[in-house]
Amino acid sequence: MNRDEYQKLVKKMSPKEPKLRNALVAFLTGGLVGFIGEVIVNVLMNSFGLARVDSYAWLAFILILFATFMTAIGKLDNLVAKAKCGLIIPTTGFAHSIQSAALDYKKDGFITGIGANLFKLAGSVILYGIVSAFFLALLKVALYG
Amino acid sequence: MMYLKAFIFAGLVCLISQVVLDNTKVTPGHITSSLTVIGALLSFLGIYDKIVSCFGAGATILISNFGHMLYAGAITGFEECGALGIFTGMLGNTGISLVSVIVFSFVFTLLFKAKD
Repeated sequence: MNRDEYQKLVKKMSPKEPKLRNALVAFLTGGLVGFIGEVIVNVLMNSFGLARVDSYAWLAFILILFATFMTAIGKLDNLVAKAKCGLIIPTTGFAHSIQSAALDYKKDGFITGIGANLFKLAGSVILYGIVSAFFLALLKVALYG
Repeated sequence: MMYLKAFIFAGLVCLISQVVLDNTKVTPGHITSSLTVIGALLSFLGIYDKIVSCFGAGATILISNFGHMLYAGAITGFEECGALGIFTGMLGNTGISLVSVIVFSFVFTLLFKAKD
């Protein structure tokens, strides 16, 4: 058996990702997070008299509290494994990656464990977010003052 | 109506991300980072504000909103106190997310153990 044949065999034997089902589940879970978010925003606006912009900020806070807590008690890992992008793309994924990194490296201590690895996964989002926002802001200021 | 629009927009972005994830070699890290940059870019083009006013929380719960908030914060900062504002204002809007995620994850890490 040469290498190509072997590769083909591996491809045939390895379980196929149910792509259609994954996409549908991601759509439904992601949509559900958006829907629940809109409900929370409306409750905050109507019952607490917050402005819409402030409600969005508190919504992010609530989602992060929910996601970090659920990850800490070990409930969110299974859900993320099932819903995949449906929970990774919303803010819940950002919080989940930070919380799970912190828990995984807790055994290595406060500095070299939690401290060094907290942003292991979420760091790239912060890095590229800030760098792109910075240069786009410079561009905007240079173009329009 | 706003609920339905929030559902569909958030769902569609997740669906597209899932299709990209399943059919290419990229990791979730690539997708979330790209979406953040796309969010900043759409904000720069003045589109993200319209998306938020159209789809509400469906747009603000996504990671792309992080890029939008960073850019919007930098511009607000510049308008208020000049060049220094780009630096001081950038994290103004996202501060609530960053601070809360750091505080909660640290506290919960002290309280709970990793499950395996």
